[in-house]
Amino acid sequence: MVANPLTKNIDMSRPPLDIAAYEANDGYQSLHAIAKGLSPDDVLELVKGSGLKGRGGAGFPTGLKWSFVPKGENSPAQKYLVVNADEMEPGTFKDRLLMEGDPHLLLEGMIIAAYTIQASKSYIFLRGEYTVSEKVLRNAIKEAYEKGYLGKNILGTGFDLDIIMHTSAGRYICGEETALLNALEGKRANPRAKPPFPQVSGLWGKPTIVNNVETICNLPGILTYGVDWYHGLTKGNDHGTKLFGVSGKVKTPGCWELPLGLPIRELLENYAGGMQDGLELKGFLPGGGSTDFMLPEHLDIALDYDEIAKVGSRLATGTMIVLDDRTCPVGMVGNLMKFFAHESCGFCTPCRDGLPWVDQIFRDFENGQGSEKDLQILHDHVTYLGPGRTFCALAPGATAPLGSGLKYFKEDFEKHITEKRCSYKH
Amino acid sequence: MSQQVIASTAKKARKLSAPEIAEIEHEMTLYPDKKAVGLEALKIVQKHQGWVSDESLLGIAKYLDIPVADLEGVATFFNLVYRQQVGKNVILFCDSVSCWIMGCEGIKGHIKEQLAIDYGETTEDGDFTLIPVPCLGDCDRAPVMMVGPDLHRNLTPEKIDSIIADYKNK
Repeated sequence: MVANPLTKNIDMSRPPLDIAAYEANDGYQSLHAIAKGLSPDDVLELVKGSGLKGRGGAGFPTGLKWSFVPKGENSPAQKYLVVNADEMEPGTFKDRLLMEGDPHLLLEGMIIAAYTIQASKSYIFLRGEYTVSEKVLRNAIKEAYEKGYLGKNILGTGFDLDIIMHTSAGRYICGEETALLNALEGKRANPRAKPPFPQVSGLWGKPTIVNNVETICNLPGILTYGVDWYHGLTKGNDHGTKLFGVSGKVKTPGCWELPLGLPIRELLENYAGGMQDGLELKGFLPGGGSTDFMLPEHLDIALDYDEIAKVGSRLATGTMIVLDDRTCPVGMVGNLMKFFAHESCGFCTPCRDGLPWVDQIFRDFENGQGSEKDLQILHDHVTYLGPGRTFCALAPGATAPLGSGLKYFKEDFEKHITEKRCSYKH
Repeated sequence: MSQQVIASTAKKARKLSAPEIAEIEHEMTLYPDKKAVGLEALKIVQKHQGWVSDESLLGIAKYLDIPVADLEGVATFFNLVYRQQVGKNVILFCDSVSCWIMGCEGIKGHIKEQLAIDYGETTEDGDFTLIPVPCLGDCDRAPVMMVGPDLHRNLTPEKIDSIIADYKNK
């Protein structure tokens, strides 16, 4: 049976499979299953049963999210599916691979998701910088229309679906689903107050599901090969495979599809080849810039949502950023703070004013001007910018590497103060 | 480069060109309301003009019947809408965490030296504008940057030299 459903068609040394070759390798089978009589509720039950969790970062169960969409005659006729293809989390490079490598997998998954929630319109919200993904996806969409998999009355089911490509004009905050919806509506991408949640009142006030690219790409396999097969993929508690990436000073950085539940050590040592010669592992962010640092002592923990949460971090995007012993941890956290300060949408005060303050303190540390008082201000911001104190999750995301960095690399911060310089610079 | 006021001071709107209008009209078939097309129209105009001038912004606002202040708010919010003139080639330089670990600061220093520009500036010959960009999502091949629509990976000072030469000759 297939062990790598997300990447089985991907070979970056050649162009992605066209629709005929994609179909020859079990592609679009799920649509034929739907045409034979699988109802939207049947599909919803399958996805719920699969245990699939969102791969965009938050890890919310996908079937449960879909189940909040109002159904039946009294629900709004227009519903929307939006694919979050605005990959911009620092250190995250997985959705690009899926879109450039196998565009039809995303389209097939979108048709499944849209059918389940009965959305007749779907937008792909793609990063403007992903020019290759745009070209590849536009071509695949054209092929799917020609084949009758998109458009009116798909395969005689009476279900209509149009897919529209929206290329974004930038800003990290667009990854937040309600900010993304504002951007799609042509507004400034400030997040919206919740509730109401988008599932009930989203794009132009209509029920809307926003799913990440990788989440959607899990769907064709679940329908084609079944829930039992899907459950057989994992090595841990959570189901399915996941794209895992490693960047930083390792021997062979890259992105691989692996079962959930493998030890972190296996990813780092077997796939990424271990640290570059002469360097030691000092720490790592397990799933992009908004996750808490983990340490070498955590290497035997499983790459699993719950296991990583037990040590106070998050699997999130599954793309690991490695810190070596010759790179300054204070500088690394400072780089992230500069990013978050720049990308704050400016809507709420703690984020708009707090992050630039934090950023400035890190610049002072860099220049040997950091003080004990500054250190206390940084600690205070971990609280003031934390969950529940800001309008959205951007600033709380920033406190993850900040708080854990202060905790694990305390000596490095202290050394910057006492030596009045960054000792990593030669 | 001197600080410029980023606000619409134009008195007269530029009349949008026929190709611009055709593309904007096409986008209007994809969204249920005109306001949503505002951002698309900014991108379309930028594609044709290289940037969005005050006169162009006013032209779009008139054409789509969107308040100028609303459209200006959108235009200044998004990173990739240029409200000042940019060079022939825009360099989007990734300075996020993986690229930083892999030494992007040294690469940026080299670009600064070779082109004599810093972030937000354009070379005197108008060939290049340098802008920082959040993580470009190609972290296993860091450091990376884009020049126009093209991604360049595993950057070294030598590579920068040949990339600059290539685009100069285009």
